[in-house]
Amino acid sequence: MARKLNLRIWRGNSVDGGLQNITVDANEGEVVLDVIHRVQAEQMNDLAVRWNCKAGKCGSCSMEINGKPRLACMTQVASFEEDETITLTPLRAFPVIKDLVTDVSFNYKKAMEIPAYEAPANLKPGEARMQQVDVERSQEFRKCIECFLCQDTCHVIRDHEENKKSFAGPRFFIRIAELDMHPLDTLRNRKQKAQEEHGLGMCNITKCCTEVCPEHIRITDNAIIPMKERVVDVKYDPARWLGSKIRKRDGIL
Amino acid sequence: MTNSIERYKYDILVIGAGGAGLRAAVEAREAGLKVAIICKSLFGKAHTVMAEGGVAASMGNVNDSDNWMVHFRDTMRGGKFLNHYRMAELHAKEAPERVWELEVWGALFDRTEEGKISQRNFGGHEYPRLAHVGDRTGLELIRTMQQRIVALQQKDARDHGDAESFIKVFAELTITDILKDNGKVSGAYGYWRESGAEVLFEAPAVVLATGGVGKTFKITSNSWEGTGDGHALALKAGGNLVDMEFLQFHPTGMVWPPSVRGLLVTESVRGDGGVLTNTDGIRFMFNYIPEVFKAIYADNEAEADRWYNDQANNRRPPELLPRDEVARAINSEVKAGRGTEHGGVYLDVSKRLPADVIKKKLPSMWHQFYELAGVDITKEAMEVGPTCHYVMGGVEVDPDSAAAVNVPGLFAAGEVAGGMHGSNRLGGNSLSDLLVFGRRAGIGAAEYVKSNGANPVNEATIKSAAEKIEKPFTQTGGENPYALHQELQEVTHNLVGIIRTRAEIESAIVKIADIRKRSANVTVSGDRQFNPGFHLIFDLDNMLLVAESTAKSALLREESRGGHTRDDFPGMNAQWRQVNHISSFDGSQVNVKSQKLPMIRKDLFDLFDIHELEKYMTPEEISKGGSN
Ligand SMILES: Cc1cc2nc3c(=O)[nH]c(=O)nc-3n(C[C@H](O)[C@H](O)[C@H](O)COP(=O)(O)OP(=O)(O)OC[C@H]3O[C@@H](n4cnc5c(N)ncnc54)[C@H](O)[C@@H]3O)c2cc1C
Ligand code: SF4
Ligand code: SF4
Ligand code: FES
Repeated sequence: MARKLNLRIWRGNSVDGGLQNITVDANEGEVVLDVIHRVQAEQMNDLAVRWNCKAGKCGSCSMEINGKPRLACMTQVASFEEDETITLTPLRAFPVIKDLVTDVSFNYKKAMEIPAYEAPANLKPGEARMQQVDVERSQEFRKCIECFLCQDTCHVIRDHEENKKSFAGPRFFIRIAELDMHPLDTLRNRKQKAQEEHGLGMCNITKCCTEVCPEHIRITDNAIIPMKERVVDVKYDPARWLGSKIRKRDGIL
Repeated sequence: MTNSIERYKYDILVIGAGGAGLRAAVEAREAGLKVAIICKSLFGKAHTVMAEGGVAASMGNVNDSDNWMVHFRDTMRGGKFLNHYRMAELHAKEAPERVWELEVWGALFDRTEEGKISQRNFGGHEYPRLAHVGDRTGLELIRTMQQRIVALQQKDARDHGDAESFIKVFAELTITDILKDNGKVSGAYGYWRESGAEVLFEAPAVVLATGGVGKTFKITSNSWEGTGDGHALALKAGGNLVDMEFLQFHPTGMVWPPSVRGLLVTESVRGDGGVLTNTDGIRFMFNYIPEVFKAIYADNEAEADRWYNDQANNRRPPELLPRDEVARAINSEVKAGRGTEHGGVYLDVSKRLPADVIKKKLPSMWHQFYELAGVDITKEAMEVGPTCHYVMGGVEVDPDSAAAVNVPGLFAAGEVAGGMHGSNRLGGNSLSDLLVFGRRAGIGAAEYVKSNGANPVNEATIKSAAEKIEKPFTQTGGENPYALHQELQEVTHNLVGIIRTRAEIESAIVKIADIRKRSANVTVSGDRQFNPGFHLIFDLDNMLLVAESTAKSALLREESRGGHTRDDFPGMNAQWRQVNHISSFDGSQVNVKSQKLPMIRKDLFDLFDIHELEKYMTPEEISKGGSN
């Protein structure tokens, strides 16, 4: 049952590093994170890798597997050819700390720049009434496990350090969309801000982010495109924008 | 060394960024204090993120007969009356407020037809009580709290010019010591996981919110963080652990393939209609309904099936018995040779619900089985078996303030605290526990700081904490920390696992002591920079203390109750119900002593049918009728 697996693992730190070849046993049903752990326990005790849940729920084990941004705990070894060498490298869009671990603080800074949810001032605990259909749109975005794979794959920042300052990235576009579609949020102008302050305009809808999302969130179709369309709408017809904001809250409180 | 370390000063340190820690931090900030939140992984990744089924609170949105008294009764029954009554009372009373508060902070729970928060059935809860978001409730809870912290930081940035002026998150930092000076907490010491660099926090109050101990066991649903750090930190700081023999083995973990063994299969699968069968095709749970539960669980399939549509006129299916009962039943079926080839039983929801409903109600379960086991749960049965899931035992605290007994300035909340769940926790009662007691710990710590003021750290205290971190690099014995961890997991799994005997526990105690001795000789390869081998050495030390405490408490308790089953003492004994086991640490070993459980208050005693209490309490206790 066990098979020999050839891995090529990037090892190093912010100063330098390179790929190292290694052979390790892999058992039936194992995922890439399992074999990384075996390498760690038996051959490279100090191999750095992030993980938590090993169940695709926390978004910690993000890395690039054969160049594709993926969760190591949700990638089956069996999905590769028998004699294929699997190459493991750290996320390219973020600075390396060590081996497969990168500095993802960029994302936490961006989270801080998105204005928080604002509840209606008169909302008392237990009094909110919302229909399932109305919460579902935002719920889709709240499935996000913050693995930042979409951030890593987005070409706007992947090899363009200079764009990071003005571009929040797909993870935070869905955060803005989530708040914008939240039946109770009272803050206005979220879409305009997405365009003007968070770089929505730099996105040219390549959909790469949607393709890598392990939660299958339809980032482009359900968040980015609707926001872009509405921004255009609003720019030409302020009265309609006002109407939509008001309608959003009809019959909710 | 000591002059080059990073130093910080705060009013309150919260160790842990799961539900309990974040809730405590919000409360402490709102009391106007400076708070540091410290966690081993990235912000927003704590173990709470994995919780699936929901958060229990008697809001009565689905069945308005529900109220805090019913919830209190269910919690006490689930814990087999070993719970600290006051914690169970506060929890049942305050849970609804805490859930509604999340909604005010932006959480989006699933809704009822009327637009209220929807509530689902769960084992041991009399009414539909678990507020939920599909099967990713923990993610919603943690994200809401995380975003609440960010909102407070944004406000601080506006009001005080610096987002981190009152709350700062120190992510990927491990605390290795609680510091004490003048007999009181003075701070904490630890290292950045990224660089290995040491950090000193000075603070008069510390809230432990470090979660569970699952990684002490071989088969577990817990993430790597569950290494009992807070349990061990409290012991080393002079605190007590209460009832460490009680561990919850969740009845349904995945059993195949091996790489996912232990991974949780949420109880909602059963709450939503899933049934358990053995390889003979028999729905065996009907054979395992204990005497004390006969009145409320159906003893035939027809009635059990009717219950899903008509709960008023039928008893509940036995698949929804408390977890300890179901786990033991599965264990017995497998032992009797009626298990699958991988050592599990079948859990099937595919014949009960249409495929689209399954995908809608249990999206991450569908995903998990499909991607990791190649099983489509809308078409076939899952294979499941028990997995170590939750520790009921934990730091002995004052119920109202969450203050740790014996250590002024130390507080504990969430899974690391003991007492609330007695001998067995009901599903959904942890997330509510995190919110209720996280908040109380925040208030407790804030009040303590306001009345006690600062407590400066002594240089000698710092020096000894620093020496401990340096030590692994100076050792040369050649033991491998990964190998020792594996050995420990074998010992706990085989000898103090789901079914225990005197001889096995005694042998476990000897073996744990031996591993502990050898752990003094572990050698690290590599340097301090993000070095998992180095990190594991500290985790291992904590797990060893936890395992010792569990084994020694288990040896003393000569009965079976909740999460402690003795093959040599199979019955529950009312005398033992009056006993808590208190672990303390003398610097070289864990000592366990018995302590009398506080008598339940009369008004709470009176909430129960006397005949039910007779099944748990001695005639003398019954005649006293509670305390005044
Ligand atoms: C798969 C699964 C599903 C579950 N489902 C449910 C459910 O549906 N309903 C329910 O009520 N309960 C459920 N539970 C139980 C519940 O999730 C946990 O009991 C709860 O989340 C624990 O929360 P906590 O805040 O106490 O700690 P955790 O969320 O475990 O967080 C602990 C924190 O402490 C930090 N920490 C630990 N040690 C250190 C240290 N030495 N230094 C610094 N930081 C440290 C960690 O980094 C982490 O941030 C489930 C558990 C599992 C495993
Ligand atoms: S669709 Fe937009 S956000 Fe997504 S990857 Fe492409 S450019 Fe980036
Ligand atoms: S949107 Fe998807 S890919 Fe992006 S961070 Fe969230 S879960 Fe990951
Ligand atoms: S370890 Fe949590 S997503 Fe992979």
